[in-house]
Amino acid sequence: MTTTPRWRTLTRHHLFWPVAVLVVLLLVNVPFTPDFFSIKMTDGHLYGSLVSIVLFGSPLILVAVGMTLVIATGGIDLSVGAVVAITGALTCSYISDQADQDALSGVLLAMGIGLAAAVVCGLWNGFLVARMGIQPIIATLIIMVAGRGVAQLITDGQIITVNSEPYKLIGGGYWLTLPFSIFVVAAVVAVTVALTRRTALGLLVESVGGNAEASRLVGIRSRRIKIMVYVFCALCAGIAGLMISSNTSAADGNNAGLWIELDAILAVVIGGTSLLGGRFSIGGTVVGALVIQTLTTTIYTIGVPTQTNLVFKAAVVIIVCLMQSPKFRAKVFGGGRFGGRFGGKRGAGQAAARADATTTTPETVRTMEVS
Amino acid sequence: MTTTTHKPAAPDSRAPSRASRVLADRRLPVLVTAALFLLMYAIGLSRYQNYGFAETQVFLNLFIDNSYLLVAAVGATFVILSGGIDLSVGSVIGFTTMFTAWLVEKQGLPLVLVIPMALAVGAFGGYLMGYVIQNFEIQPFIVTLAGLFLFRGLCLVISKESISITDSSVSSMAQAQVSVGGGFLSIGAIVSLVVLAAAFYVLHYTRFGRRVYAVGGNEQSALLMGLPQGGTKIAVYTMSGFCSALAGLLFTLYIQSGDPLHATGLELDAIAAVVIGGTLLTGGSGYVVGTLFGVLVLGLIKSLIQFEGTLSSWWTKIATGVLLCAFILIQRTMTTRRKT
Repeated sequence: MTTTPRWRTLTRHHLFWPVAVLVVLLLVNVPFTPDFFSIKMTDGHLYGSLVSIVLFGSPLILVAVGMTLVIATGGIDLSVGAVVAITGALTCSYISDQADQDALSGVLLAMGIGLAAAVVCGLWNGFLVARMGIQPIIATLIIMVAGRGVAQLITDGQIITVNSEPYKLIGGGYWLTLPFSIFVVAAVVAVTVALTRRTALGLLVESVGGNAEASRLVGIRSRRIKIMVYVFCALCAGIAGLMISSNTSAADGNNAGLWIELDAILAVVIGGTSLLGGRFSIGGTVVGALVIQTLTTTIYTIGVPTQTNLVFKAAVVIIVCLMQSPKFRAKVFGGGRFGGRFGGKRGAGQAAARADATTTTPETVRTMEVS
Repeated sequence: MTTTTHKPAAPDSRAPSRASRVLADRRLPVLVTAALFLLMYAIGLSRYQNYGFAETQVFLNLFIDNSYLLVAAVGATFVILSGGIDLSVGSVIGFTTMFTAWLVEKQGLPLVLVIPMALAVGAFGGYLMGYVIQNFEIQPFIVTLAGLFLFRGLCLVISKESISITDSSVSSMAQAQVSVGGGFLSIGAIVSLVVLAAAFYVLHYTRFGRRVYAVGGNEQSALLMGLPQGGTKIAVYTMSGFCSALAGLLFTLYIQSGDPLHATGLELDAIAAVVIGGTLLTGGSGYVVGTLFGVLVLGLIKSLIQFEGTLSSWWTKIATGVLLCAFILIQRTMTTRRKT
């Protein structure tokens, strides 16, 4: 490891590792697909691997951005996949009941209904977490389990197909030569960044995640903030639900958004946001979601059997988590050089390294940290 | 039915009122679940008596049809009691079905050899996850999530298509019946009950069981008391991996095939069963007997919906969610009362 100051500043930037992984993944494609980075213009639409990565990654980015704020408050939202299914089911069933499916007002109303349902789910999660004080992982498990049942109830267990031009735009349409979903994602990300980094909101969220009780005592309405982030997360999931059902022109209560909560959490973690809460990086999350999508694309283009996709994903989770673990870095790289960057206990790296020098039982390490 | 062994709970020096004493009793959630089970069973009896709901076999089928869930949920109980969570359960089960079917059918290994191999692989997977959780201080949620991806991926690496098992030893084992007062149980159901009894013994009568409760109750205190907290945590995940693999073997027997998509999302059923059984998700409080009732309640929902005939399968999910919600709220009110 080089330790020149500039290199260290660079590697210590919170986006360094996620971006590095993304770049490596993108470069891996070049030997297999020489024109990987080229973008062609066909029929007034831009096509290319990079465009499709962003296009297919859009729902994931949306869900992951919402998830980032929830995780920043020290919570987690497992219900996003079910919310995706519910929103898609409601919207599609409303549109398919219309006499004229192309009527813009009907489509907008349908989308409004779908998103309203998502907001209700978010309010429910927020209520359980903030008012009832239930562990987030459990509180959101309820909608995760029941939500898909509700989605199937709405669609009556069928896959509802719609044939609506305006609705098709959100997930599968093009605007200004680019996929329309890219604009939706860009807008949501921009609004989120503006709200959290240009106002005090982000600070309040981090403060609640750092210590909810202390925040409440200094006058931050921590409960309201918590409810707000769950509603925001559900709303993002709702938009993703619109996008997914619009892209396939169908609502599938059983499979829409299946496992997206896990991918979203993974994206957040890759982006460098600590699952313990207290700090977050929207940029990191977007990069993290792109990493996951690129990984999937890479596996397809390299020609590795697609079924190994999940094994690769598991490897990435483990590697990223190990890299972020102060203890692991201390053990592998020695010293505390990289310690304490990702919200680990301060000095944990040094403590572990010192313990390593003498005895290496995990118990000693832990005792030293406690003392 | 319920346990006679208390967790060594600190006796309250103040004399609380009778009502609050009842509410603070750790056994109350288990009793509530047991009562709920009896109530649901009674409703089933009164509604579908003419359709044969009263037959002993209908009751025994609850054990036969949910044997794998019971074994998986027992493993999950250990993890949750220790304050952790294991999301890899469903994937490990799926992987075990695939692994077993592949070795027996494609490689022609005898089942007697395959069973210990499958169990060892599951336990080793659990050990690895526990090791990473303990030694690198990564949250259980994330590590077991990686386990979920890994094992589901390995399923697909073995084969994309399902492998049906035609081996005679498997089918004879699957069809074996053990008669129990007026009906019969399958081998899987017997194994699951044995696992339950073993877990009960380990949790309430051994040093290891007490350590699990201690680590889940307060990790810091357990550490300061000098308990081998790290070893306990690793052992708990190893045990959960072992139970998942065993559940996978029972599932293979039950379904007689290996499929890469078997038991997707079963970890949630297992967690739901543990929660409905009254185990606190924060760890440290709960009984494995509660888990049995949790599994039975979930199984009964399914059979009630089958007997109803007009209700569709998704009502199972909704009913599970509603029950989960109710029990979480009950737990919540109980824990707040205990603290004040």
